[in-house]
Amino acid sequence: MGTTPLHRLTWNPEIMQTLTSLNKSGNQAVPFLKIEGLTKVYPTPKGPYKVLDGIDLTVAEGEFVCVIGHSGCGKSTLLDMVSGFNSPTDGTVLLQGKAITQPGPDRMVVFQNYCLLPWKTVFENVYLAVNSVYPEKSTGEKKEIVREHLHMVGLDEAANKKPGQISGGMKQRVSIARALAIRPEVLILDEPFGALDAITKEELQEELLQIWEDHRITVMMITHDIDEALFLADRIVMMTNGPEAKIGEIMTVPFDRPRVREAVMEDPRYVQLRNEALDFLYNKFAHRDD
Amino acid sequence: MKYRFILAPIICTGLVLLVWQLIFAAPTAKMPTPSEVTMQLELAGSFAKMMNPFEDGSIAKNILISLQRVAIGYTLAAIFGIGFGVLIGVSPFLRSGFDPMVQVLRTIPPLAWLPLALAMFQENNAAALFLIFVTSIWPILINTAVGVQQIPKDYTNVSRVLRLSGSDYFFNILIPSTVPYIFTGLRIGIGLAWLAIVAAEMLKSDGGGIGFYIWDAYNAGNDESMSQIILAVLFVGLVGLCLDRLVGFIGSKIVSEQ
Repeated sequence: MGTTPLHRLTWNPEIMQTLTSLNKSGNQAVPFLKIEGLTKVYPTPKGPYKVLDGIDLTVAEGEFVCVIGHSGCGKSTLLDMVSGFNSPTDGTVLLQGKAITQPGPDRMVVFQNYCLLPWKTVFENVYLAVNSVYPEKSTGEKKEIVREHLHMVGLDEAANKKPGQISGGMKQRVSIARALAIRPEVLILDEPFGALDAITKEELQEELLQIWEDHRITVMMITHDIDEALFLADRIVMMTNGPEAKIGEIMTVPFDRPRVREAVMEDPRYVQLRNEALDFLYNKFAHRDD
Repeated sequence: MKYRFILAPIICTGLVLLVWQLIFAAPTAKMPTPSEVTMQLELAGSFAKMMNPFEDGSIAKNILISLQRVAIGYTLAAIFGIGFGVLIGVSPFLRSGFDPMVQVLRTIPPLAWLPLALAMFQENNAAALFLIFVTSIWPILINTAVGVQQIPKDYTNVSRVLRLSGSDYFFNILIPSTVPYIFTGLRIGIGLAWLAIVAAEMLKSDGGGIGFYIWDAYNAGNDESMSQIILAVLFVGLVGLCLDRLVGFIGSKIVSEQ
């Protein structure tokens, strides 16, 4: 793991070649992450409750996928089975051909509520992750990795502060730095910006996008926000309502990268795609409670 | 507003002393009044003597002897209480297995253990230490176990996704997350330990202790005895308060460090 280059795509020249030949709209020629027939049933006193019903999805290496849907549609359950916190009743999640059975640092999660340890400083929170994933590296190297990633999210100054002393946006930056510092193969974000104010949210979206452009790791992200999904994703997976949620539609987002928010929003296709997504969420699959 | 915290306790304490003075004012009363206590102790010039920790048989010396016993018994209780508390908190099997026993044992009053302790150790000092241990261990153990079970899912999720090693999890997540609970247990434990030692020393004690001092003064039955006992009891209370505040202070320091 220690010798893994910054740019993960170089590990296999064949994939590298395939990927470079992909167009920017996010093709899926390589089954990097394959979700097959994924079904989750919870037993309840009233009988089995099927949350997800036969989800099939293939994500290419380096792709940015957003999962969108109403609350209770099983988005989190779906991502929990990719991260390994939850196990499927039926079907499999394969990462590079290997079935996922438990959580691991190769599928690092950025949690909605940050999940930082309040008794550790910002630096120590990131260091804990780096230290456990790279046990063979020297202390100096590990500290350097932490510094580099805190710098990347603009938190050099806050390194010695405790999570209780910094804002929500900064906490989520720490969480992102912690996730990226261990070079996951898939980055899983569960509504990472849901709790943040509009301005901080936009800032962080842009930072995340910049980081993703630089590192090209595979991202799966849950969001409620159509604009966020359109700005960030290569593809948007729209879920039908639960129970027995399925993938309703998959929207390919065609905007050129690197993306600039103003340019994306002025693109005539933006309004069209946004309306399509809105139509899906509020007409075809309007939430019953709404 | 500020005066309230100084003035109010002075007024109320004064009132209680006054009531005490009036109730036992009759010359036939066996219990001395506050003024008699102060007069007797002053006349005998024994106050300074009683507060001299180097004077054999003084209140201060006996309190130090008791504190020493508490320090040993309580430290052992803290070590074993935290240790077993973590084990019981981590393992559902041990939790279910030991819960009935713990629930019964924790309600046993300290003095009920004394005959058993004396029979077990055949030695007064060891029996007193055991009494402190067995009295103060339960709140420490139970609070630690609860604390371990209450570790927020957020933190265990971090540990699971990073696949932290056992020792990394223990030192970086389990202990820091449980520390506030441990200190709640330690604080209840120190109070119980102090209760137990005074009782144990009254019944059986080699080499003094404040419980022994009180009982000894009662048996002596001098004119001064009651006054000495009242002073000793007052100090037992003050030392107990100090112990409670000390553990509370250490706890708040450590918790706020986090």
